Amino acid sequence: MKTVVIGVIGADVHAVGNKIIDYVLSENGYNVVNIGVLSTQEDFINAAIETDAKAILVSSLYGHGEMDVRFMKEKCDEAGLGHVKLYVGGNIVVGKQDVSEVEKRFKKMGFDRVYPPGVKIEDALTDLKEDIGI
Amino acid sequence: MKPYLLVDFGSTYTKLTCVDLDREYIIGTSKATTTVETNVLDGYNKALNRLLRDHPEIKEDKISGISACSSAAGGLKMAAIGLVEELTVEAAKRACLGAGAIVNLVFSHHMTKREIKKLEEADIDIILLAGGTNGGNQECLLHNAKRLRDSSIDVPIIIAGNKDASDNIDDIFEDSGKEYYIVANVMPQLKKLDVKETKNRIRRIFIEKIIEAKGIKKAEEQMDEIIMPTPEAVLLASELLSEGFEDDEGYGELMVIDIGGATTDVHTIGEGFPKRTEVIMKGLQEPFAKRTVEGDLGMRYSANALLSLVSNYEFKKYFSDDDKCDHNIKKSLERRKNDIDFIPQTKDEEEFDKAIAKICCDVSMSRHVGHVEVVHTPLGDMYYQTGKDLSDIKYVIGTGGVLISNSDAKIILKQVNKKSNRALELRPNNPSYLIDKSYILSSMGLLSQKHPRIALKLMKQYLL
Repeated sequence: MKTVVIGVIGADVHAVGNKIIDYVLSENGYNVVNIGVLSTQEDFINAAIETDAKAILVSSLYGHGEMDVRFMKEKCDEAGLGHVKLYVGGNIVVGKQDVSEVEKRFKKMGFDRVYPPGVKIEDALTDLKEDIGI
Repeated sequence: MKPYLLVDFGSTYTKLTCVDLDREYIIGTSKATTTVETNVLDGYNKALNRLLRDHPEIKEDKISGISACSSAAGGLKMAAIGLVEELTVEAAKRACLGAGAIVNLVFSHHMTKREIKKLEEADIDIILLAGGTNGGNQECLLHNAKRLRDSSIDVPIIIAGNKDASDNIDDIFEDSGKEYYIVANVMPQLKKLDVKETKNRIRRIFIEKIIEAKGIKKAEEQMDEIIMPTPEAVLLASELLSEGFEDDEGYGELMVIDIGGATTDVHTIGEGFPKRTEVIMKGLQEPFAKRTVEGDLGMRYSANALLSLVSNYEFKKYFSDDDKCDHNIKKSLERRKNDIDFIPQTKDEEEFDKAIAKICCDVSMSRHVGHVEVVHTPLGDMYYQTGKDLSDIKYVIGTGGVLISNSDAKIILKQVNKKSNRALELRPNNPSYLIDKSYILSSMGLLSQKHPRIALKLMKQYLL
């Protein structure tokens, strides 16, 4: 069974989507390590190291995600997690911005998958299966 | 009369407490210098003779049982190894501390040859190796296990890491001649702590091997068994006093502070969960009975270290208001470090010792209690809590030489209280203070193994 770490980054307390992601991924055969809301980059990374996670799914709904995830990929590399897939999704930027522009920026920061608002978790699930298997 | 003898082989003194199980009171106590270098029984017999001399009502052949704990010959020294510092390393450390050990060495991630060399050269009794959640990382655990196998280390190794690696661990250590034990993972799931099996294993190794290595085994000829390290006995006594036994109610959440010559131990019994809804817990799960040991806070051996923790200016704040002496702080600390048997003779020297004790109390508390941190979120301010919230703790109990014989012990203990300049530390708000005047806590921990009801009753009577 593959392990994935999920959580909500930064000073963000939105817990509902986090629970839905947890539910859907668990139902689909993943070992979900949910570090919950108000999580720091280090929380994600430490959890991924100890649990031998194959992917980290970062959620953010309050608009500050872009600040919260800066240098996360570099920290993952530093911690020996270069092989771990990095996903981000939610209201990850301030205001309404062009989706493809946003995706480009986050991919440049090292994220493998970027999901704007409105994407269903099922779509991310398909990607996850493709990226790390089940 | 049914006398029961409780023995504590301490680093300096061998202390005896004799309890009458029939009438449920403490008949008497005595002590003599620990003689672990020659024959540990010499000191024990000396203390016993003193006890029998002072209390002729105790007939030696009528003593119904003897239990002992020990912190002699440096106590139980352990090395803790894990993967991530905040997670399995911390879990391993807590398991060691909860079992009454001193954690002398700590390693994280992949051990290097240099680190192994350090471990080989260190004076360590047991090694605890952890790493990975169950189903999580095993690669690091296996790497460290191989490094330990290839080393010249000949002390017992307890492996309490990812259970998935157990078969491979067996393969690694098979035919290696190393003594190893696989127990339940100290962190089976992320941030979940499970130290019970590890603690039990440490105690068993302590009984079977360590006391022999430390020259205390001889004492077993004269007593039933030496069952645990002294700090574990104190922790068990604290737990019993907190939780109560059957219909006898306990004191609820409490804290024990033991200021010794070399270290300051803090034990707290209680969940320490957040008291407010807008607080979110961070970090590894806290043990219900938590012990921390501060190796740089002590009255004598570590007195010198105090100036690296508090400045001269801060130090002066710990002197009482009516103390007019112009203390030479550096010199006074050095004097105590160089003469560990130093006993204050003058009022000024007493005042100085009190100030050291206050610092030990204050700093050890800062490190033991949980902290909050404010997070400004769009939904208003929230708080992270790391560690235990001890603000509602009801009792703070003081033990250890400087406190039990000091008329100002409760003033010293007040240092644990909530402080305006440390608002983010979750210290006790308004506890009651008790002093272990007769020095019975470790004995009561021992007694609690067979006679918990009596141990509880005696603690309620003798902690004042």
